[in-house]
Formats: sequence, structure tokens, C-alpha cells
Amino acid sequence: MADPKIEGYEFKPGYKGMAADAGSDQTLFKGVHWGKAMMWIFLLSDTFIFSCFLISYMKGRGSTPVEWPNPSEVFALHVGGVPVPLLLIAIMTFVLITSSGTMALAVKYGYERNRKMCGWLILATALGGLTFVGMQAFEWSKLIHEGVRPWENPFGAKQFGSFFFMITGFHGTHVSIGVIFLCIYAYKTFAGHYDEGKRGWFTTMKGDYVEIEILGLYWHFVDLVWVFIFAFFYLW
Amino acid sequence: MEDTKKKEQPTTHKIGIYLWIWGLLFVLSFFSYMVDWFQFQGLLRWSLILIFMFLKAGLIMAFFMHLFWERYALVNVLLWPMTAIACFVGLMVAEFQYTVFTRLFYFFIGG
Repeated sequence: MADPKIEGYEFKPGYKGMAADAGSDQTLFKGVHWGKAMMWIFLLSDTFIFSCFLISYMKGRGSTPVEWPNPSEVFALHVGGVPVPLLLIAIMTFVLITSSGTMALAVKYGYERNRKMCGWLILATALGGLTFVGMQAFEWSKLIHEGVRPWENPFGAKQFGSFFFMITGFHGTHVSIGVIFLCIYAYKTFAGHYDEGKRGWFTTMKGDYVEIEILGLYWHFVDLVWVFIFAFFYLW
Repeated sequence: MEDTKKKEQPTTHKIGIYLWIWGLLFVLSFFSYMVDWFQFQGLLRWSLILIFMFLKAGLIMAFFMHLFWERYALVNVLLWPMTAIACFVGLMVAEFQYTVFTRLFYFFIGG
């Protein structure tokens, strides 16, 4: 992967390439789009934010002498009068994984310059995200109706509500922002901005399908965070 | 010049690999739901949850986020800070054990 802007630079794979990258002048990760590198740095900082939430949840849950509410009962849905544990959460997990898969395919078709396929797959991803947020709103209203508040709940330890609203709320905000950006990028893809190299709204940078990959990184990260929330908050 | 221009195009991967990873993620999610469905308890539950969680996270990062094909400089910049999080988890485990010990001691036994 030669960088057209940096003359004579040739990327070497493996640890030799890593040493060359780390010891290179002017820029680290030569040849990598700056937007992609910055998205990775942003995701790294976001990882720390979500880690702090989950670690404080671990500390709160571990240090209370009162019994913690059983999540598989709290989040059970009644289907025909029979409680099915964690049903809604399982469906939400599958919806988010589905949208992650369509996003991965959108990135692939984008790089193959298949404009229509890329656009439709981004729209499918946005639809998945919207479904997820909708189900989360349903879950929130159900719990609020049952009397769960950040300061109290009828099931057990008082801390449960504050951690639930904080962690899933912050994740849901990420999904919502992602859906907005997916819609914008679907429009830009269908309008052919990445084929023509049209400049963006706030930048003089020429449009390129690498922007779809950057958006994809964000969306996969949202899915990645859900994997951890699902494991630690709902299953544990 | 035309040859080098072609090389600059990012490499794409076969659709099969994405579909495989997609299917694996579904299967792993199903398994982790089954952990709750069958109400496994104790060490078995926690270890199964963690195994499925790390497998899913690894698959998403390696293939959907392309880290498997990414240059080592980027991979190392991203993954080494995770050790700081692991340290923080270890510190806070010690902390909550101490907190719950003092709470139980002073609430129920008395100082």
C-alpha cells in the first residue's frame, strides 16, 4: 500500500512495518486515512468511558449487602401468560448483530464501488439501529411503569436503577447518533458523493468510500459495547 | 504509474468470510442466551458468559473492524491500553470486597 502523497514510502507488513511506522517522520500510520486513525482514537477513548461505567457497576453491585435484582426475572416478557426470561434483550442482541453484518457488507460493497448495494445496506443498518432504539424505549417505559427509578426499585438493591439507566442510556444515545449518521451517509452514497469525490459539508476533503469504513468502525463499536453490556448487566 | 495506482485501492475480502463471521456471532449469541435459559449457576455460568463474550468481541474486532488485516502499529496502539482497564478491574475487585466486608462488619456485627 504505497501512499501517493509520500514519495518512496512502501508499507512493510508485520513487526518490521510496526517499527517503521513508529520510527517514521512527520506522521504515524503513513498511508492510513486521517479520519480512520482519528475514529480509532475516538473509539479508544469511548472504550474507557464505557469501561468506567461497567467497572463502577461491578463495584456498586459487589459492595452492596442488599440482594441484587435477578435480571432474568426483571427483564422477562410475558408471552401468552408465560414469562420468558430476557426475551426482549435477546431479540435486541440479534437485531444489533444483524445490523452489524449489513454494515460490514456495506463497507465491502463500498470499496468495490457498488454504489446501490452499499446504499441499501447502509439503509438496512439504519433500520436495524432504529428497531433497536425502539425496543429499548419500550424496555425503559416498561421498567419505569413498574416503578424502577435511578434512586429506587421494587426488586432489590437501590443501585440497580441508576446503573441500568446510565449504562443502557449512554449506549442507546450512541445507537441514536449512529442512526442519524447512517441516514446522512446513505444519502451521500446514493447521491454519488463518494464516486465523484465531492467535498463534504464541513471539510475540503474529497469524498471517498473510506468514509463508509470509518462509519462502519463506529457502528461495529456500538455492537461491541452491547456485547459487554449484554454479558455483564443482563446475564451475570 | 498506472500499476501503483491500482495497488493503492484498499483490498476487499470475499463475501464468504463476512457471512461466516455473521453466522458465528448469531450462534455465539444464541449460546450465551442459552446460559440464562438453562439457569446455569456459579462458576460455570460466569466462565461461559465470559468465553462467549470474548469470542464475540474478538470476532467483531478482528473481522468486522478489519483489525486482523490491519498494520501492527495500529493494532498495538489500540490493544495495549486495554491492559490499563484490566488493572483497573483488578483494583476495583479488591476495593468492593473490602467495602462489602466493612459494611457487613459494621452494619450487622457492630464496630
